[in-house]
Amino acid sequence: MSQKPTVDLGGDFYATAFQAAGDRQDRVILNMGPQHPSTHGVLRIIIEMEGEYILRAEPVLGYLHRMHEKMGEVKTYHQYLPNMGRVDYLHALAWNWGYVGAVERLAGIEVPRRAEFIRVITCELNRINSHLLWWGAYLLDLGGFTPIVYAFDDREQIMDLLQMPTGSRLTYCYYRFGGVRQDITDKFVEDTREFCKRFKPRLSLYKDLVTDNFILRKRCEQIGDLPLETARRYGATGPVIRGSGLAYDVRRAEPYSVYPELEFEVPVYDARDAMARYLVRMDEMRESLRIIEQALDMLPEGDFLAPKAPKRIKAPKGDSYFAVEGARGKIGVYVASDGSNVPYRVKLRSPSFSNLSLFDELARGTLLADAVSILGSLDLVIPEIDR
Amino acid sequence: MTLWREIREAVKGLYSLAVGMKITGKEFAKPWITTRYPWKTVDNLSTYFGHVELVPGAEDPGETSCIACGICAKNCPSSAITVKAAPSVEEPAAEGEKKKKARKKPGVFLVDFSLCSLCGQCVEGCPQDALRFSRHVYWAVMDRKNLTVDLLDRLAKAGGAKAGGNAGLPDA
Amino acid sequence: MNLGPITIPWELIRIVVALVAILLFIVVNAGLVLVYLERKIAGFIQRRPGPYEVGPHGSLQLIVDGVKLLGKELHTPACGDKLLFWAAPILAFTPIPLLFLPMPFARNLVGLDSELGMVLILAFAGLNVLALCLAGWGSFNKWSLLGAIRSVSQAVAYEIPLLLTVLSVVLMAGTLKLSTIVEGQGTWPWQWYWLRQPLGFCVFFVCMLAETNRAPFDLPEAESELAAGFHTEYSGLGFGIFFLSEYAAMIVGSSVCVTLFLGGWQGPFLPGFIWFVAKVYALLLTMMWIRWTFPRVRFDQLLTISWRWLIPLSLLNLVATAFFMKL
Repeated sequence: MSQKPTVDLGGDFYATAFQAAGDRQDRVILNMGPQHPSTHGVLRIIIEMEGEYILRAEPVLGYLHRMHEKMGEVKTYHQYLPNMGRVDYLHALAWNWGYVGAVERLAGIEVPRRAEFIRVITCELNRINSHLLWWGAYLLDLGGFTPIVYAFDDREQIMDLLQMPTGSRLTYCYYRFGGVRQDITDKFVEDTREFCKRFKPRLSLYKDLVTDNFILRKRCEQIGDLPLETARRYGATGPVIRGSGLAYDVRRAEPYSVYPELEFEVPVYDARDAMARYLVRMDEMRESLRIIEQALDMLPEGDFLAPKAPKRIKAPKGDSYFAVEGARGKIGVYVASDGSNVPYRVKLRSPSFSNLSLFDELARGTLLADAVSILGSLDLVIPEIDR
Repeated sequence: MTLWREIREAVKGLYSLAVGMKITGKEFAKPWITTRYPWKTVDNLSTYFGHVELVPGAEDPGETSCIACGICAKNCPSSAITVKAAPSVEEPAAEGEKKKKARKKPGVFLVDFSLCSLCGQCVEGCPQDALRFSRHVYWAVMDRKNLTVDLLDRLAKAGGAKAGGNAGLPDA
Repeated sequence: MNLGPITIPWELIRIVVALVAILLFIVVNAGLVLVYLERKIAGFIQRRPGPYEVGPHGSLQLIVDGVKLLGKELHTPACGDKLLFWAAPILAFTPIPLLFLPMPFARNLVGLDSELGMVLILAFAGLNVLALCLAGWGSFNKWSLLGAIRSVSQAVAYEIPLLLTVLSVVLMAGTLKLSTIVEGQGTWPWQWYWLRQPLGFCVFFVCMLAETNRAPFDLPEAESELAAGFHTEYSGLGFGIFFLSEYAAMIVGSSVCVTLFLGGWQGPFLPGFIWFVAKVYALLLTMMWIRWTFPRVRFDQLLTISWRWLIPLSLLNLVATAFFMKL
């Protein structure tokens, strides 16, 4: 009998620190991740399981840490703009907006009305993009392989639309201090209206194919019950807290830009489960379409960039905070300046970080398949968590 | 009776499954939405940003209005641009006129596209508006060194031609 | 047949020939045609071409994939049980040709027309689960183990309604011999057993989906949750054999369903073999259609479906069949 090779089964620092409490032999410690088909990105969750039930779960972060906040301290205000597209590449324009809005608040730069409307239209298109990808990926986690391809068809159309003003397909760097980089053309307006007309029946198709589907309902209903108090404690925002009954939307709670002039509803569901969060996002896509159509109708003529927009910013001493409603929740950018041309501190508040912190409490006592469903319903983007 | 309700729910559920199958059945018969690249290409590239390039001059398409001030290189967040001024050539003063300071011209203008994030700070920061985004998007190399574009070379080779194509690229 | 001192019984030769033919049938159908069809159907449902480049419309893709799988390194997990690890794919594939032996492909095209044909099939079909268990255990991988555990409960739970529906048909036909069951049904679709046992047909179809680990019941190999479940650690030929045996099991299940409910090789005008293959393919295409439409059922819901719905329904079916037989 040859010698069996020995393997150190202790695991690394995190796994050993997480060791099963007590001496029970029937508990298994499993690593969901960093490479796993359903943690969207490089997320590692250490799970203690008994059979198929999860007893404890702990996320280990940092696999995708790229030091964005440190880069904010060594790059000038203008040089930091492309970073914001890479923090959360799915809703890049919202992060763009957060940073640009914070610096505009700090330096007192005015944004012309047309630029505000352009920002609203592009940001909402990007939100639909992000939700479509979430939807497709969520169903992929649950085992349905076709909806993601249908979602990507619609995403291609939106990416073609957004390519016109921004020049990119994913990591946009479009907003500038005082407006946007370049104006939108008439072709963009026409094509966006076309898209809105084309997209509404697609949403009905998705509802028939997936939302009303018996199997999906059984996978999502009564999974991941999130009481409102728990959500508030962890600072969860966005569709996660709107699925628990609180109608908190930054566009209504701390209005910015021209959102007060636009009519849209904030979808809220009381069911507190994964299905509620799912329905909130599906409704949000519909509301975003409404916003886009209104903004297109109300689009004024004018400058797309403030005429006196500075090419070099030396912001006055002080700090400012600007919050934006991202697809995942409340995106916050805090900029502190000490008077030089480089910010003193840029703090990025990412909604996925707070949403992920809920996972431990939500996943206790659930099956592994349910944990996957809960993770998908939280709509996490790991680069945003690690920044 | 909860049994009756369960049966009703099951029947409704089975109906939703049938609806789903009908939808995929219909989608089965619809045409493909993919493009068979590279035999066919997409036709919406006119707005997609390629790497930056020098704008050909209005009078002489082989000349650029760049004055090698270096603002683009300073603005770049990734230090992807290298600009060096060409040694200045002094023009002899004409009779009775003051000696003019010759306009600076770039001698070396390299863009390392492997570092570029297409942010546009170089394009917007240029006081002469001498840079723009090219339409050179179908680009693949086997060696990272070949991702550095010599913009002056590209401009000379293009010489007023349209903004696409492989003009001016080092050999792969 | 007399070969000097050795007498080879005629039946043995017949069985060997049948096995070879069946193996050819399986390899061509399961390996080449079915996988190609699956990928093409998946593509069309998702509005893309599927395999397209290799050969006209991608028809040679599977051959190239087979060569690729053969060329990969046969890696064994360092601490796993080597014997069990490699016994698993062999055990998964070996019973499959045996399952085809009693199946009547046409009027006189049966490998082994035994009186207990149905029992033979049911007996060997259960070996699939053992293969999954061995794979999960021998991989020395917690994820594979989870997949194996799931598969055991799933197989046990769905074996029972399967047996009960088969029992109903057997009761109605009066014999376990498959060729007699087929001959008992008529030529035209309304004379087949599916109209006399509609509930049995539906229950059998669902059980067949679950027994062959096809979506929406494909938890043991749930790609998104378990990173390929019980066959995570297999590469190259090991994976190829599992893959082949899954499709072959699909064909077996469909064949049994066709034999019991859809009239086997019976059909108007065309020869029996063509009808048999056509019906089997119709069922297979439906299974693929279902796979690419629905998400996966959760594990406890899967067991709930079986224990709370399928077993009572199939019992009801059996009792009703017995009752109507008595009348």
